[in-house]
Amino acid sequence: MIEIRNLVKNFGHLEVLKGINETIHDGEVVCVIGPSGSGKSTFLRCLNMLDEPTSGEIFLDGRLIEEKNINEIRTHMGMVFQSFNLFPHKTVLENLMMAPVMVKKVPAEEAEKKAKTLLERVGLGDKADYYPAELSGGQQQRVAIARALCMDPEVMLFDEPTSALDPEMVGEVLDVMRELAENGMTMVIVTHEMGFAREVAHRVLFFDSGVIQEQGKPEEIFNNPKNERTRNFLSKVL
Amino acid sequence: MADYWQGITVAAGGIGTTLYVTAGALVIGVVLGLLMAIAKMSKHAVPKIIGNVFVEVVRGTPLFVQVLIFAYGIPYFVQVLTNGAVRFNWHPIVIVGILACGLNSAAYQAEIIRSGIQAVNKGQKEAARSLGMTNTQTLKSVVLPQAFKIILPALANEFVTLIKETSILSYIGIVEITREGMLWASRDFKAFPAYIGVAVIYMCMTIPLSRVVAYMEARMGSNGGVPRKRKRRKAGF
Repeated sequence: MIEIRNLVKNFGHLEVLKGINETIHDGEVVCVIGPSGSGKSTFLRCLNMLDEPTSGEIFLDGRLIEEKNINEIRTHMGMVFQSFNLFPHKTVLENLMMAPVMVKKVPAEEAEKKAKTLLERVGLGDKADYYPAELSGGQQQRVAIARALCMDPEVMLFDEPTSALDPEMVGEVLDVMRELAENGMTMVIVTHEMGFAREVAHRVLFFDSGVIQEQGKPEEIFNNPKNERTRNFLSKVL
Repeated sequence: MADYWQGITVAAGGIGTTLYVTAGALVIGVVLGLLMAIAKMSKHAVPKIIGNVFVEVVRGTPLFVQVLIFAYGIPYFVQVLTNGAVRFNWHPIVIVGILACGLNSAAYQAEIIRSGIQAVNKGQKEAARSLGMTNTQTLKSVVLPQAFKIILPALANEFVTLIKETSILSYIGIVEITREGMLWASRDFKAFPAYIGVAVIYMCMTIPLSRVVAYMEARMGSNGGVPRKRKRRKAGF
């Protein structure tokens, strides 16, 4: 469970997040939508402190996330980026094994076995010895998801995971994410894939101007938005 | 013709000294250069200032002057500082060569390494940190290997420069390649064959180095980031 209390983030004079209060429960799939510059990516990046909050507190399972426990906390929070960020100088298998071996001190054979199982799970069992540059965007993003899963995270954070993909590759990544959601993973997904959000999310947060303007079940948000800005936004993207 | 051949063989007598001064300076340069690069990028004020001052001072003064300060300035300074109680002399004098050239090279390498680290995509560091890796682990296993690939040509250039610049040490009596040539030239008055020999020997050292680097660049893959030919191998770090 992630508890966010009064989260504020400023970049210089720019107020990006203006006091967010939110709780993400175990097993919940939360999709975060909203226009560009609304603060949704910053919100996600504050959860694992890739962007350091200006003020406010975030708790993972009741533990305050702070500078001194951040590396340990991050092992429980997987993150998937818009631009994949696979390590180009390492093979797919090495990408998956690196953090378990270096951070969790898992023996190499064990890490390799787990990595291979996860590659099978994302449908890339035959790509273990490839370098990232040899894979398509969709394949790279699936490797990135497997890499995050290698740490056995309790929560997965997705920062626009399909935005950098060719349209034909979006589906394969969403399939992997759907499978994760069905298996009870707690997920926070910043996305522009409204169809996916409607289908998979338990709850949708609509961000605008650094505030959660509206939230609710996907059918409420998409079919019957109450907030003027939500209506306005959805009318443009749906 | 015999004179030229002799010039080459005389100069070749200095290869050993030039090589180990260069190697020593290289080690100091790489280690200190990396430390200074990291210091310069630190978010804390003290290491940042140390790194910046070091680089600016070294790059802002001629290597020859730095060598003179090391060779003659420091012994004098030690003597004055202790009121003549300690008579300090560099022994053997090559130590000065290694230290001065090493410090000098460190400043240039610091800038090269820093530019390489900063050229690595920010997302790489974020990905590593998001997996729970520490700053040091991230630097060592993710950022530096990629930075190295980027800076290899510049670094190689610096190594070639370093080999050539050790010739300045001939002025403080280190008998390396150039000094061997100078000594022979003044003994037998055959300046032209002597210095042609010196030049040939330097080229014999720098050209193979450039070739090795070109080979390494090709192997590490400028072709879209795929390192070498893929073969099945054990995953390792």
